Amino acid sequence: MKQRLLLSLALVTLPLFASAQQLTVSAAASLTDAFKEMAPRFEAARPGATLRFNFAASGVLLQQIAQGAPVDVFASADQETMNRGVDQKLVATHTRRDFAANSLVLVTPAQGAPAVATLADLDKADVKRIAVGKVASVPVGRYTQQALEATRQWAPLQPKLVFADNVRQVLDYVSRGEVEAGFVYRTDAELLKDKVRIAMTVGGHAPVTYPVAVVADSRQAALAKDFVAFLGGAEAQAILAKYGFGKP
Amino acid sequence: MPSELWTQFDAAPLALTLRVATVATLLALVLGIALGWVFARTRLPGRGVLEAVCMLPLVLPPTVLGYGILVLMGRRSALGGWLREHFDYTVIFNWHGAVIASTLVALPLVLKGASSAFAQVDRNLEAAARTLRQSRWSSFVRVTLPLAWPGILAGTLLAFARAMGEFGASLMVAGSIPGQTQTASMAIYDAVQAGRDDLALLLALIVSAVSVAVLVLSNRYLQRPTP
Repeated sequence: MKQRLLLSLALVTLPLFASAQQLTVSAAASLTDAFKEMAPRFEAARPGATLRFNFAASGVLLQQIAQGAPVDVFASADQETMNRGVDQKLVATHTRRDFAANSLVLVTPAQGAPAVATLADLDKADVKRIAVGKVASVPVGRYTQQALEATRQWAPLQPKLVFADNVRQVLDYVSRGEVEAGFVYRTDAELLKDKVRIAMTVGGHAPVTYPVAVVADSRQAALAKDFVAFLGGAEAQAILAKYGFGKP
Repeated sequence: MPSELWTQFDAAPLALTLRVATVATLLALVLGIALGWVFARTRLPGRGVLEAVCMLPLVLPPTVLGYGILVLMGRRSALGGWLREHFDYTVIFNWHGAVIASTLVALPLVLKGASSAFAQVDRNLEAAARTLRQSRWSSFVRVTLPLAWPGILAGTLLAFARAMGEFGASLMVAGSIPGQTQTASMAIYDAVQAGRDDLALLLALIVSAVSVAVLVLSNRYLQRPTP
């Protein structure tokens, strides 16, 4: 009985350790669709290798790596989060490079929302809720904070702000019409063109560039370096461009 | 470091947690007593299915509950749209949304406590009250309810503890808005995500301490012999 229990336990847990050539990539939520499309190309070029993705807000991903999550590659949606990774010696600094760029946009639900065309419109009374990323852990939230601080709207707009776990949650709130406006990346807004409308491109923040680096504790360092190099290659760049990402 | 933690410490999430749990528990108490009596004392057709539906939040993933509330009460839904149109009211991103979620998860615990407590009340005592010219309502309030009270109270205290711990569905419906809808469980989640382990630990300890106190009280009522 005891043996059978141990055996079944082993069988259940076995897949966790099985694939030796498995590469775990923690990537910013905004990269979800582009990275998923890249996976088969990378795997085809390196037989035996399988990619496993973990998408979330960059700050959350870094926090997981700091707690010892078995991650090989980290791709962040801002330089600040990656800088923190460098400061905490969580990533191999010499492998760091920028591979994509994006822009911040103000979006509104496609239908049934008050007209919002400029940042000043957010002050209007009929704009009741505005979705933004959590400032402490979500890069798009920090870009939004910088932009709204530049126009001196960050403090007065506080009562209207709803803080989301990642950029895709902001997009979801807007597309469901639960908020009147939200701040996301252009690439996210393009994915739901039928449900959200881009009101304007927002300036006044640090450039949105995506750095990638091999995680210091990676057990697949060589393969991880391959993936970082692959991101800079023509094939990956073409997919990124298709989703609207710019060159860094 | 600790002094920095104390100056940054915000009691609002704890206060909101107590407020949400209290309102949700009171709502669950009223609903639970009514439904518990129905399930224990009547032969309503479809009673078994209805009871199972009421117990569902106990076992459902919180995400299913949250999604259900969004679908039924979101701005694009029939009810949510109507409330918004006529009363300019919505439970989304409002602490009332957290109350709804917490009431639903608290209800099964009050309901179970109440229906088994009602089932154990000696029907002869109620009959005696009726012979003494007490109305049905009066005999319920003066005889049945006091006799069933310890069981109901034990379930209610458990429900309060459960309501305090509600997280997933509340997060989906009410969001985590500091000072408005951010409960203690959400503040802990945010603190962990932001790498503020000291703040997360402090909040976790406080929430655990309150929950232990409530559970101890609940056990005390459960172990008290039924009169």
